[in-house]
Amino acid sequence: MRIDVNGFVGAYPFRRVPGTSVDALLQAMDRVGIDQAWVSHLPSVFWRDPAAGNPWLYGTARRSDRLRPIPAVHPGLAGWEQQVREAVADQVPAVRCDPMHYGLDPTGKEMRALAHCCGTEGLPLLLAVRLEDARQRHPNDVAGELPPSAIRTLVRTDPAVRLVVTHADRSFVEEVHFGSTPDEAARVWWDICWLWGPPEDHLQTVLHTVGIERFVFGTGQPLRLPEASIAKLDLLDLGADQRAAIESVNATSIAAAVSRSP
Amino acid sequence: MLIDVHAHFLHDRSPRPDWRERNASRLRAGERVGITVHVASILGSWGATSPIYFPSPPDIEYGNDFLLKLQQAHASRIRGYVVVNPNFQRHALAELRRCLDAGMIGIKLAASRRADDALLDPICRVAQERGVPVLHHVWQHRRREHAGQEASDAAELGSLAARHPQVKFLLAHIGGGGDWIHSLAAVKPLSNVYVDLSGSGVDGGMLEACIESVGTERLLWGCDLTIDTGWAKLRYLEALLPAHEVERVRWRNAARIFPPSAFPSD
Repeated sequence: MRIDVNGFVGAYPFRRVPGTSVDALLQAMDRVGIDQAWVSHLPSVFWRDPAAGNPWLYGTARRSDRLRPIPAVHPGLAGWEQQVREAVADQVPAVRCDPMHYGLDPTGKEMRALAHCCGTEGLPLLLAVRLEDARQRHPNDVAGELPPSAIRTLVRTDPAVRLVVTHADRSFVEEVHFGSTPDEAARVWWDICWLWGPPEDHLQTVLHTVGIERFVFGTGQPLRLPEASIAKLDLLDLGADQRAAIESVNATSIAAAVSRSP
Repeated sequence: MLIDVHAHFLHDRSPRPDWRERNASRLRAGERVGITVHVASILGSWGATSPIYFPSPPDIEYGNDFLLKLQQAHASRIRGYVVVNPNFQRHALAELRRCLDAGMIGIKLAASRRADDALLDPICRVAQERGVPVLHHVWQHRRREHAGQEASDAAELGSLAARHPQVKFLLAHIGGGGDWIHSLAAVKPLSNVYVDLSGSGVDGGMLEACIESVGTERLLWGCDLTIDTGWAKLRYLEALLPAHEVERVRWRNAARIFPPSAFPSD
């Protein structure tokens, strides 16, 4: 069983990306052996009201038992609490928020309110550090990268807050993990897509120092080749249980907690 | 057969105390991926006693010597690029002859001097005389100066390549960050410029764009700092292309542009 917590559907505004349709995503999943993907609606990351893409995303996910929706919530827009309630009712694995793209302070009161609300509802909040390498972004793609301080701040807003962070590199993971209490750090999960393999061995290092239980399988596809995250794991000497934890067990535990929440 | 045309090794005078582990990790990962030969360079002292991209002559010599020793110690799997700093012209030309005579198979130009600068011409003439390719560090679409390097982009490399049509150039790490669309457009008409697929970038659509731009005849497989992303791109190419075209990228193109007998199968 392999679960990709970091998939997208829909077009990207800044360059041509093949494979953004639902069918193409499913084909890519077949190609590399991904059983299930948590998917976000890529175009709406850049919309004024990103939640406007949620109805399409819910409908799309319902047509395939391999896709689970990650609806977007913009806590700066009135009525965002309703988006959270809908997400809870739909038993989604998480909701996402991209404060840097929405023009929100990533540690501001709106984000803290969203994190607190998600914690109260037992719903994980998914945040991306970046979508593309900063060096290659389109001249008009000027949203900043999510800072590590945002994760440290948000995880402290409520003892029930749980965060899934995608596209983080080694220094980001380490800064947050060791800049948090053990209880706080135990409520943050990291996807592996931006962690380097050999010869630098960043992924191997953080699996050892931060703990396998903190990592989930994610790809960032179709903006990134899903083969990369699988190759990273294939280059490690992991036992079957350790690999299963990263590829599915940890993600399943996050999602299971949602369905148990009140 | 699989040739990594863009590898690096560290040494005992680099700032990295873990240099042995990193070198060993590269070789160990290479075995798992099936890399037959790592074609590598060492950029001086890696910043310890002169800047990575502006290495001093003594640091260059130490790095090249260390790589020659690695090449001797791992005769079946490591080959070297001679690193030179074109600003030290006499030293650069002497170092080229010394290291090529000792068995290195290519020239590495990083970011000591802009690619279109006339100081690079004598180096390229040596490349032509000796029949070795030039791997040139490239910032994919350099829109400004970057601290610590006099980086070049594909248009500037293209200018050099146009002046030396008999020399084969490798545009470094198309996946190494930056606007690869700009680079591919710049080198498309230049038949003596090959695209090295290395770099941490695994952007969806990048490999398709490479194939569309220069064809599989001018693509070279490599890793640079991340073997995992190199392996990922290879896996995707295997899904995308017929086997004979994958073979070109894996090694046949490299075997064509490096000197005869550079690799074990020749």
